[in-house]
This record gives sequence, structure tokens and C-alpha cells, in this order.
Amino acid sequence: MKEKFTKTMARNIFLGGSLFFILLFLALTVGTVRALPQRDHRENITPIVALGKRVWEDNNCIGCHTLLGEGAYFAPELGNVYTRRGGANGGKEFIKGWIQSMPSGVTGRRQMPNFKLSEQELDAVAEFLKWTSEINSAKWPPNIEG
Amino acid sequence: MVYQSQAVAKPYFIAALGLFAGQIVFGLIMGLQYVIGDFLFPYIPFNVARMVHTNLLIVWLLFGFMGATYYLVPEESETELYSPRLALILFWTFLVAGTLTILGYLMVPYAALAKLTGNDLLPTMGREFLEQPTLTKAGIVVVCLGFLFNIGMTLLKGRKTAISLILLGGLTGLALLFLFSFYNPTNLVLDKFFWWWVVHLWVEGVWELILGAILAFLLIKITGVDREVIEKWLYIIIAMTLITGIVGTGHHYFWIGTPEFWQWWGSIFSALEPVPFFMMVVFAFNMVNRRRRNHPNKAATLWALGTAVMAFLGAGVWGFMHTLSPVNYYTHGTQITAAHGHLSFFGAYVMIVLAMISYAMPLLRGHGATSGERSQRLEMLSFWLMTISMIAITLFLTGAGILQVFLQRMASAPMPFMDTQSQIALFYWLREGAGVFFLVGLVLYLASFFADRERVAAPV
Ligand code: HEC
Ligand code: HEM
Ligand code: HEM
Ligand SMILES: [Fe+2]
Repeated sequence: MKEKFTKTMARNIFLGGSLFFILLFLALTVGTVRALPQRDHRENITPIVALGKRVWEDNNCIGCHTLLGEGAYFAPELGNVYTRRGGANGGKEFIKGWIQSMPSGVTGRRQMPNFKLSEQELDAVAEFLKWTSEINSAKWPPNIEG
Repeated sequence: MVYQSQAVAKPYFIAALGLFAGQIVFGLIMGLQYVIGDFLFPYIPFNVARMVHTNLLIVWLLFGFMGATYYLVPEESETELYSPRLALILFWTFLVAGTLTILGYLMVPYAALAKLTGNDLLPTMGREFLEQPTLTKAGIVVVCLGFLFNIGMTLLKGRKTAISLILLGGLTGLALLFLFSFYNPTNLVLDKFFWWWVVHLWVEGVWELILGAILAFLLIKITGVDREVIEKWLYIIIAMTLITGIVGTGHHYFWIGTPEFWQWWGSIFSALEPVPFFMMVVFAFNMVNRRRRNHPNKAATLWALGTAVMAFLGAGVWGFMHTLSPVNYYTHGTQITAAHGHLSFFGAYVMIVLAMISYAMPLLRGHGATSGERSQRLEMLSFWLMTISMIAITLFLTGAGILQVFLQRMASAPMPFMDTQSQIALFYWLREGAGVFFLVGLVLYLASFFADRERVAAPV
């Protein structure tokens, strides 16, 4: 670096640059928050869906699964499991039945614990996954296998 | 060591290394569960091992950052620490809270832990990396506030250098952004959007300020190059970090329900994120080549140079690989992500903390600039073992990831997730093997502290 370029100038680039891009990021955030209602269908977040998110969190499902591609990579993507397993024709029933029938106990196969969920909690987590599958995720995942 | 109060860094470094060892053990457990699915089931389900692995990582890195700060700031400020006592109290608070949390993960089902710690009052649990009970999160905030107060007061009464100001800036940002972990809306899309304000803006934002400041400090000490030159570089590097990294957050906003305009903003800005990492490599090698003295601590020099190179590979190269939205469409949430997560965390943050420990520990223990030849040799051997094993882990995961993408996402008849996983099991076995070598490297690193204590007189 040339001598004419001083430390003070470097510092000012840092301060000015950061400030500018923080503001730009905040502007993009406002734009996002405004656009979201059309994409996340928040009108469908009923109390049962909200409870489902709590069940999801309280049992740390994200510690094995991805949801919309984020989480752990040990078990199947669940953002679209509702559609993968039948959608309106049995998607919910599949999810509830699956959770109840775990663990599979198959030797050597990856295991999912039994969380001893109540009927209401089962229903809630299935409703939550159904709502999630309806989020506009820009056509991701590429195919039904997630 | 010039100031007595720098000694508080020592317990922080020791705790960091102990927790690091724990992290790796759980990494190996998970690695085995990837191929022997019912290993340790139901005693340690995969999600529990993962929480322990990642939370230990974050906690020990925080211990490392704090220790580094306690060592660095008195020397930069040319004054004793404001309160060494407070530093020790916070040390024990953090260690006890951290240990209890990990024991909680291991000893009770997660849902019971959530209930026990009143998650219903302010639900913040059950999200990746932020699994800690709300109480623990509050504890972290308290420890951070006390820490920032202590450091801030020290800076106020002493010399204010660019390095210490940038370090404090990074640490303050770390604490402020962590507050977003308390925001957990019912709406999953909003939840995910602001979750990244903690995770991305940490590792690709404020933590890079911490990384840069520690690296600059080490380079001044090791090379004796003029502070003006080093600090000018530091400013330019962190300027590039924030100019690219803040809007670069958009590379996580492609497929989570957020608007499509992020595919442009995220791809373009995050594609520039490797720039500051590349500058760090040029910076580190330039300074070492222009050195005014030959510091006897060769191991610390190796770790410092290694940090720059490996951070560039892990964050810069492996990050760039999957950051453009058309690529990320296929790689999102696959083993490619895991490969990048490992090499970047290791190369940037693990290595900078180990570099600082290697530099400071001999001084903290009163051995002089190094703890002797044998310990130097062990440390350098452990550097190569850990670094090469981590590169191997990354390459095996990348191989697994490419096959996974192909079989499950691109093939004309896409394969279900579990079938794909069995197809790529060989790569997971290889990863586990490399993981064992990593552990051996870590054990050698720890062993270097017991190697020998012959003193080497040298500049401090
Ligand atoms: C310890 C890891 C683990 C945890 C925690 C976990 N799962 Fe699973 N899950 C798995 C594994 C492994 C599979 C695939 C099992 C198989 O195919 O034999 C699976 C499969 C599923 C499936 C079927 C996916 C499909 O495509 O058919 C659903 C639905 C599911 N899990 C829901 C949940 C929910 C809801 C939670 C939280 C309450 C949860 N899981 C927590 C490991 C886990
Ligand atoms: C030291 C700096 C970095 C660290 C520690 C780091 C770490 C991580 C981790 C742990 C994840 C996974 C997050 C999750 O669990 O969902 C991740 C994701 C990602 N990182 Fe980085 N990263 C760094 C820098 C970068 C850079 C510079 C780039 C781009 C050039 C980048 C691009 C990405 C992308 C695109 C993803 C999303 C992957 C996906 O879609 O699944 N990262 N990073
Ligand atoms: C310093 C060394 C290590 C660091 C910094 C590290 C870091 C991480 C991080 C950040 C994650 C989250 C991954 C993500 O979301 O992409 C993770 C997960 C994981 N790590 Fe490590 N790790 C290290 C060593 C190891 C070792 C030695 C092994 C085992 C051989 C291992 C095995 C795993 C496994 C299996 C996962 C889970 C991936 C998944 O979610 O499916 N790690 N690690
Ligand atoms: Fe990121």
C-alpha cells in the first residue's frame, strides 16, 4: 500500500462502508417484511399450528432433520414431507402414524426416538408441517424427495 | 507477559481446550451414528450428540475469545485489567452454567429440559445452534455484559489502539446480535429470517473483526513489523468483511419463504465475501516476510499463518462453491454444507484461538517465549495432524455431498433420502477415520503442555 494511503483513510472506509451497508441491509429487511404476508400465508397460522411449532422446538426435531433445507443432515427434509406423503390424501395421517411408530428398531438403521406425544400434540405438529409445506419457497426443493 | 492481570487468560484457555476435547468426542460419536444408525441409541440420540458437539464448539470458542481478549487488552492498553476478580467470577459462572447445560442435554429428554427451565414463559429453544435453555441464554448475556464492562473500563483508562478498539467492537457486536436469539416468532419464516442475524452475522460479520484483531496482534508480536502498517491492513480487511458480509446474509434467504430478490443480492454480495479472507492471506505472509525479528515461537507462527490460509479455504473457497443461488438450489442443506461448516469453523475460529494459546501459554506459564524444543515439535506435529485431518474430513464430506446432490436432487429418478445415505456410506466411514486422526492431533496438542519446561530467553 502506498504511503499516501493513511490509516485514518482506511478507518474511514471501514466506518463509512459499514454504515452504508447496514442501512442498505435494513432497507432490504423492511422490503422483505412487507412482502412476506403474500408468501408465508400467515392467515393460516391457527393456534394449533402455533402449538405445532412449539412441539417441533421442544423436541428438537431440527437436531436430526432439515426444515426448508436448514438444520441437521441426518434425517429426511420435512418442509415438504406433507406433500411427499400424500398431501390432502393422507399426509397428516402419515406424519402422525410415523411419529407414533418410532423407533423402528431396525438393527443398524438410523433411529428416531419416540417422543410420547399426546393426540393433540401429534395433530399440532402435523398441522405445522402442513402449513410449512405451503410456504412459497421459490420452488425449492428441486423434487419431492427433498 | 508484561502485566500481572493478563494471568486471568490462563483458566480461560485451559477450559477452552478441555471443552474442545469434549466436542471432538461427540463428533466421533455422531460420525459413527451416521453409519451405524443405532449406535448408543436410545441413550444418546443423534440430535443430543449434535447439540453437545456444536454448543461445546461455540462455548469453547467464546472462552478462547475471552481469554485472548484478557491477554491482549492489557498489553495493548499498557495498563492492568480493570478487574481481574470480575474476570475470574465470570469465568466460573460461565463454566458452571455451560457444564450444567451440557449435562442437561445428556441427562434428561430435551422436552423435559424445556419444561424444567420454563421454556413456555419465553420460548427460545429448539432452534439449530440456539438450543440452550432460555435461562442459559440469559446467563450468556450477563457474562457478556460483565466482560464488556471489564474490557471497556480497561480501555478507557489506557492507550486506545486500533486493534483493541476493533476487538471490542467485534465483541460488542457479538453480544448485541445474540439478543436476536430471544426473538422467536410463531411465524417460521420470520423466525428463520432473524435466526441468521445471530448465526451469519456472527461468523461472517463481527467474529471476523475478532479474528482480524487477534491475528494483527499476533503478527505485531511475532514479526515486529510497524504497527501503523498492520493496523492499516486490519482496517481494510474488516471494511471488506462488513461491506460484503452484511448484505451477503442474503445467501441464506433463497429458499426459506423470503422474496426472490434475495437471489440477486445474496449471490452477488456473498460471492465477494472471499475477498477479505484472501486479503488476510496476503497480509499474514507479507508481514512474516517483512519481519524485523525471528520469534522463537515457531509453533505460534505456524498457527497464525495456517489460520489465514485455512480460513480462506474453508470460508472463501468452500463458501463460494455453494453460494450462488443456482448452485445452492441443489446443494442447500446437504453434506456440502457440512463440509463447508467444518473447514470454515476450523480454519477461521478454531485455529486463531489455538494460535493465541500457542503464543500466550508459554508466557503465561513463565516459561519465556516458548516452552522448549520438545513442546514446540509436538505442537507443530499436532498442527499438521489436525489440519490435514480436517482437510480430509472436508474432502470426504464434499464427495458425499456431490453424490447426494446427484442421486437425490438431480437424477431423472430421484432417490429417497435414506436410500441415498446408504449409497454414500463409504464416504462417512472415511470421514470417521479422518476424525480419529484429528483426535490424535488434538491429544498431541494437549500433550505439548506437559512436554518439557526448559526455558528459552527471548523477547516478549
Ligand atoms: C434422533 C434423530 C431424530 C429426531 C430428533 C427426529 N427424527 Fe424424525 N426421523 C429420523 C430418522 C432417522 C428418520 C428416517 C427413519 C427411517 O427411514 O427409518 C426420520 C423420519 C421422520 C419422518 C418421515 C419422513 C419421510 O420422508 O417419510 C417424519 C415425518 C419425522 N421423522 C418427523 C419428526 C418430527 C416431527 C420430529 C420431532 C418431534 C422428529 N422427526 C425428530 C430421526 C429423527
Ligand atoms: C469463517 C466464516 C464462515 C463460517 C464459520 C461459516 C459457517 C457456516 C455454517 C456452520 C453453515 C451451516 C449453517 C446451517 O447449519 O444451516 C454455513 C452455511 C453457508 N455458508 Fe458459511 N461460513 C463462513 C463463511 C462463508 C462464506 C465466506 C461464504 C460465501 C462465500 C459462505 C457461504 C455459505 C452458504 C451459501 C451457506 C448455506 C449452505 C446451505 O444452503 O445449506 N460461508 N456456513
Ligand atoms: C474442530 C473440529 C470441528 C469443528 C469446528 C466442527 C464443527 C461442526 C459444526 C459447525 C457442525 C454443524 C454442521 C453444519 O450445520 O453444517 C458440526 C456437525 C457435525 N460434526 Fe463437527 N466439527 C469438528 C470436528 C468433528 C469431527 C472430528 C467429527 C467426526 C468425525 C465431526 C462430526 C460431525 C458430525 C457428524 C456433524 C453433524 C452433521 C449433521 O448435522 O448431519 N465433527 N460440526
Ligand atoms: Fe452465511
